[in-house]
Amino acid sequence: MLHTVNKSPFEKNSLQTCMRLSKSGSSILMLEDGVYGALCGTEIASSVTECAKDRNIYVLGPDLKARGIDQSNLIEGITVVDYDGFVKLAAESSKVQSWM
Amino acid sequence: MKFAVLVNEGPYAHQASDSAYYFTQAALSQGHEVMRVFFYHDGVNNGTRLTTPPQDDRNITNRWSELAKQNDLDLVVCVAAAQRRGIVDEDEQKRNSKDANNIAEGFRISGLGQLVEAGIQADRLVSFGD
Amino acid sequence: MSEDTNQTSGTVKKFLYVNRRAPHGTNYAQEGLEVALIGAAFEQDVTLAFIDDGVFQLKKDQDTSDIGTKNFSATYGALGDYDVQKAYVEQESLDARGLTGDDLMPLVYEDEDDDWEEKPMIHIISAEEMREIIDQSDVVLNF
Repeated sequence: MLHTVNKSPFEKNSLQTCMRLSKSGSSILMLEDGVYGALCGTEIASSVTECAKDRNIYVLGPDLKARGIDQSNLIEGITVVDYDGFVKLAAESSKVQSWM
Repeated sequence: MKFAVLVNEGPYAHQASDSAYYFTQAALSQGHEVMRVFFYHDGVNNGTRLTTPPQDDRNITNRWSELAKQNDLDLVVCVAAAQRRGIVDEDEQKRNSKDANNIAEGFRISGLGQLVEAGIQADRLVSFGD
Repeated sequence: MSEDTNQTSGTVKKFLYVNRRAPHGTNYAQEGLEVALIGAAFEQDVTLAFIDDGVFQLKKDQDTSDIGTKNFSATYGALGDYDVQKAYVEQESLDARGLTGDDLMPLVYEDEDDDWEEKPMIHIISAEEMREIIDQSDVVLNF
């Protein structure tokens, strides 16, 4: 299953809820303001790092670039994808749940 | 793969419509079918032809109309949400005695059943919103 | 509202409507409920989930008369008439907001398989159980 999160974890609890309610082995894609959840060194970074151990976490590259986030500042283990990659993730998953 | 896309927010104020557009475009370019893009909640505001965004910015409504024309996309605006927000086609204008209509090219107004139908018929329903 | 013909040829999918927002401050709750009712009218297997601030939607005794908005909370009572039988409320979300089951509207449905006995629609479940509910759905919509 693919979960998408488009809100910053510092604005809203969508990422936190997504991590709580997504199953092991599922995929999480951060896009739009959700990409801030992929930054290392934040107060949520350790829970995202923990989550990345049994979820596949992705972040949308165009949204990182738009926000001036360099890929070297991302939590280890997170994979950057583009819109093509987003479509592939959606096609390969059983369904898509958007945590807004 | 047959996709359906749901857009829950209007143009400019949220990135949702932009994200939905690029997702739809990528899906089509990969050879997938996008059977419907359904606009609900404030997403219906993507369907007005009366926007005049600045020249140096993207025209979100026209972009959807163009994508629909090139790919025979079904852009559906929810009638209940549209009535609340003043997105009107000729039929709605007559039915509700309005003095104008403003639906953009390529969009059509229909019921929430079209969203449920899209959920049933598509392999994947992807939502964009706030 | 104009409705087009249902061309789904009898397909029944498990639709899950995830509600995470409080009522009245925005109209996501109201418009989400409208979609849920339409899904039920299309004879799909409809389940509602209330998570985070969504649990406030089910709070008893809502009265919008002084803010002048439509009090759509009574519409939750109509879900049973559309054969919606499952409304899952996350325990953790209730706890975080100082709510218990007693604070929620007593939504019911009539079970046609059990002599039309009136049964509670709301089930308060753990995060772990909610994870399973989400995972087992076919189509998930968030409001």
